[in-house]
Amino acid sequence: MNSPILRMENIVKTFPGVVANRGVNLEIRRGEIHALLGENGAGKTVLMSILYGLYVPDSGTIYLNGQPITIKSPKDAIAKRIGMVHQHFMLEPTLTVAENIILGQFPSWTILNKQRIGEVHEKIRSLSNQFGLGVDPAARVSRLSVGEQQRVEILKVLYHGADLLILDEPTAVLTPQEASRLLEFLRDLAKKGLTTIFITHKLDEVMQVSDRVTVLRDGQVIGTCETRETNPRALAKMMVGREVLMDLHRKLASPGEPVLAISNLRVRDARGLPVVKGVSFTVRAGEIVGVAGVSGNGQSELALAIAGLIDDVAFDRFQLEGKDVTRRDLRAASHRHSAHIPEDRQKMGMVLPFSVSENFILEEYSSPRFARHGFLRGQAIRSYSQNQVKKFDIKVSDVSEEIANLSGGNQQKVVVARELDRHPGFLLVNQPTRGIDIGATEFVHQQILAQRDGGTGILLISTDLEEIFALSDRILVIFEGEIIGELPSDRSQVEKVGLMMAGKRDPDRE
Amino acid sequence: MRAVTEISNNHEFSMRIRKVLQGTLMPFIAILIALAIGAVILIAANFNPLQAYQAMYLGAFADFSSFTEVLLDATPLICIGVGLAVAFRCGIWNIGGEGQFYAGAVTGTAIALYAPALPGWILLPLVLVGGAAGGALWAMLAGYLKTRFGANEVVTTVMLNYVAIIATSYLVSGPMIEPRGTYPQTAQIPDGARLPLIMPPTRLNLGFIIALLLAVGLYLLIFKSSTGYAIRAVGINPEAAHYAGIQVKKNILLAMAISGGAAGLGGAMQIAGVTYRLFQQISPGFGFTAIAVSLLVNNNPLGIILAGILFGGLSTGARLMQMNAGVPAVLVNVIQGLVILSVVAFGAYRILTMEREE
Amino acid sequence: MDVAVILAFVSGILAATWRMATPLIYASVGEVFAERSGVINLGLEGIMLVGAFNAYTAAFYSGSLWLGLLAALFTGVLLGLLFAFFTVTIKANQIVVGTAFNLAGSGISGFLFESIFLKSNYSSLGIPTFNDLSFPFLTKIPYLGDILFHYNILVYITVLLVPLASFVLYKTAFGLAVRSVGAHPKAADTMGISVSRMRYICVVIGSVLTALGGATLTLAFANQFVEDMTSGRGFIALAAVVFGGWTPWGATAASLLFGVFYALQLRVQAMNSVLLPYQFLQVLPYVATVLALISVRHRAGSPKALGVPYRS
Repeated sequence: MNSPILRMENIVKTFPGVVANRGVNLEIRRGEIHALLGENGAGKTVLMSILYGLYVPDSGTIYLNGQPITIKSPKDAIAKRIGMVHQHFMLEPTLTVAENIILGQFPSWTILNKQRIGEVHEKIRSLSNQFGLGVDPAARVSRLSVGEQQRVEILKVLYHGADLLILDEPTAVLTPQEASRLLEFLRDLAKKGLTTIFITHKLDEVMQVSDRVTVLRDGQVIGTCETRETNPRALAKMMVGREVLMDLHRKLASPGEPVLAISNLRVRDARGLPVVKGVSFTVRAGEIVGVAGVSGNGQSELALAIAGLIDDVAFDRFQLEGKDVTRRDLRAASHRHSAHIPEDRQKMGMVLPFSVSENFILEEYSSPRFARHGFLRGQAIRSYSQNQVKKFDIKVSDVSEEIANLSGGNQQKVVVARELDRHPGFLLVNQPTRGIDIGATEFVHQQILAQRDGGTGILLISTDLEEIFALSDRILVIFEGEIIGELPSDRSQVEKVGLMMAGKRDPDRE
Repeated sequence: MRAVTEISNNHEFSMRIRKVLQGTLMPFIAILIALAIGAVILIAANFNPLQAYQAMYLGAFADFSSFTEVLLDATPLICIGVGLAVAFRCGIWNIGGEGQFYAGAVTGTAIALYAPALPGWILLPLVLVGGAAGGALWAMLAGYLKTRFGANEVVTTVMLNYVAIIATSYLVSGPMIEPRGTYPQTAQIPDGARLPLIMPPTRLNLGFIIALLLAVGLYLLIFKSSTGYAIRAVGINPEAAHYAGIQVKKNILLAMAISGGAAGLGGAMQIAGVTYRLFQQISPGFGFTAIAVSLLVNNNPLGIILAGILFGGLSTGARLMQMNAGVPAVLVNVIQGLVILSVVAFGAYRILTMEREE
Repeated sequence: MDVAVILAFVSGILAATWRMATPLIYASVGEVFAERSGVINLGLEGIMLVGAFNAYTAAFYSGSLWLGLLAALFTGVLLGLLFAFFTVTIKANQIVVGTAFNLAGSGISGFLFESIFLKSNYSSLGIPTFNDLSFPFLTKIPYLGDILFHYNILVYITVLLVPLASFVLYKTAFGLAVRSVGAHPKAADTMGISVSRMRYICVVIGSVLTALGGATLTLAFANQFVEDMTSGRGFIALAAVVFGGWTPWGATAASLLFGVFYALQLRVQAMNSVLLPYQFLQVLPYVATVLALISVRHRAGSPKALGVPYRS
């Protein structure tokens, strides 16, 4: 029972500019649930991608059942009964569940006639029943909910006969309630003899479900221990390398006039389906309003709508800094009255091949500060950028360096510095610290709070409940495109917010 | 600590050296590779490549007067090339330089022929501006189809090339045919509409100088102006540009207008400075060669001046090569295609080595 | 005009439609595979031209039309591999590479034709072409016989090609892999499908069919190569793929539609009409292509990863 099914020895993997794994050793016992714990960027996903054949390690050896093996591609991994459920689902929405599951299974010349498809459906259905997954093989993936899609992913792995299952942050897209159901399911699988490696950065999940835990930090193993012999505080210390952050010191908010007031905001997606369904709220000067919710419940569309960045938007009333802009060009109005730290900094917040200084002027490139008579003021732009770099402690050799060469945290600092320097009355912040290290996170949080204390009204959208509670003065919960409740920002409310994120409108009733 | 700074300084220095080398050497190596493959093709077709290339070289650079012919050929290439650079920088793949050149030639000729009573100092500028406007409108049509209907600009600009060429063929054999003429061509334009020669007895004319000024102007526009900043931002990341309050569609239309305007100006100057009349095949494919010209130097207008002269030399030389050595001049098209592929391969190599180093 | 004249005119156009559409059908059905796998091959024009030239050259020297076809096939394989090398392996911009292919394709076919054939002393540059098949009785049916039963073998091959392509794309494991690679390459990768391999195969399929489409021009329609004789057909085929919604049947329908305009041009020109200068007819296919492109505004069905090199 306790013989190792897998051993990874001295795994090294480097990418341009980053060492992701520096000599990692990992041992997994047969039938256990093994948590791989670490912060964003600690190298957990890279390590597991190596095991699944998506990356080839620079050096190191992998032993499966005691035998050294090489895994050059996912095909090898599947053949060796290793399966992986990725954080971003690997499902093509225009195909059916069954089509997604059998991708790559048959030789190219195989004819997928009714009989063959029927057999596949039968096999999927029986597996689905056996594990209680409730998956319909004929359904098109685009019609499934996030939870259902995750079950398809798990079924996909089981269908291909995996006995070593890798799950990458599986609860990130789930409500707390869905998440605990998933953890129970994992326990069931373990009882049936499956081995599970479970990537996470959430301590409570580790404590709840794992048999053993390995902590990674900065591409290295800090330690492996039996879960029941450790505690969250010790794990946190291993994970972060120092005592965990205490709560930020937050002054009481003193809200002033409304800077953003919208009523009955509606957004439709590309297919014409409503994704934001009649949202109304107000943000006042000097307060932070947090929007909590599981990813994919309309937050992105809500943010883009407020910034005037998508087309299919309707509302009854829209006020910015006290001015009614209901009938105006929303993009222009929003650009004038507000600043916006966007969700996806690389796709929207910056122009990657541009230099750091060119990115600093992205929003104001034609303002008199940076341009005169239609020409850019090179010297003014340069010295402004150097000042900002100093002020925000951005690590860069010269402001003429391409921003693409900066780390994620420094890139985000450029975006934050740029947006805050526009001195907005209203600031829209969406996922400000996703994927950046603790130091940068702390810095960004302090900047946002300072902005609030300076009288800016802030709407903070985040799927990270910790962040919401740490920064917000009050909390709105969004579920399936609707704001289904407002709560004070008080840690005693965490459970209630969690239930509401799962769609319970009045959690007190239970 | 000091050692670290020194190393990073050294690193920076070597990076800069390498950048300069890449900027200047790489195009030449690309051309050498293309010529080498061209030599293989020549051998395959039973020509002596040394003889052929010698004839080509002598055709272009034998003496000063043949070099002025090179500059004459370079003029339209530079005009169209710098225009394309603006579109390419904006992320619009304008393959329609040829059609826009024709549009400019047609409008320029029409103005020169039908408003001949005007004095030269009005007529000539009017011809040039009219030509630029004609090219700009033709290009904006494709820009409009892209921004309004999402029509792929590569296909539409190519289709509009054919339309422009066929329309020219119709005009010079019908409505605009020279009075009492039998050939499909227009009458000669009046003296007042012609570009002055700057080095008689050679045919070199003011058009070349205008092309140089255009290149410098568009260089400043792309890299030093706020308009150029917006155009480049749209070209690299339209989503971020939109987020930053830059109007994406407006900039696409603007870039297409500049692009077509430059090509159209080239067309009008070809009439006003070289042929003095419009006929069916007014361009031997300048619009397509200009694509290679611009891509060769990474869409940098100043580089395009040199690349334009180089390709002008290739095509002038090729004509002489055909005359003196009997080697078909279309070989130049092969070389253009190969030059682009070499540049592409270089770019990939550079990215690969950089990844490896870091 | 009486009914018979109109009927003759219409059937004349329809009879030329399929013929004129044939090179477009080959190229666009092939390109459906390339684009469904995520690669847009803007070099179709150049590939078609070189295919036409090589088919002609092989047929000219061997006297065998089938060897001509074989030459086109090899041309397609070779150029397809080259295009895939640049766009899949090197991950270069697909538009730039396509443009280079068109320039080089036009250049090399023109150069070799001039230096091998035009400078030669051959008494005739013509080759025999594929004859129209004759079907007992059927060919003689009034109108219908003209419209359906008087083509050469290369035209009839499309009757097999299109359903076959559709079957492969939608009813085989290969087709499923193609569609997944173009829509969600990462998902395909994690299931053990090699994205590069699939894209190489699909680009080669597209290139081969395009070269064969070029061969129909020299081996079946004209009896000789002419410089730049494809005159934009490669681009029109690209438009047919978009207009046809990235399906083999759709691309075929679009090709037939464009074929109507070619046929109209031929037909009216043949009637020696003085009503319209010939340029008005000549321009029809190009204008029709632009109109087709704007009528399908942001058409659903475009492969999501189209034009995007895959980095794992």
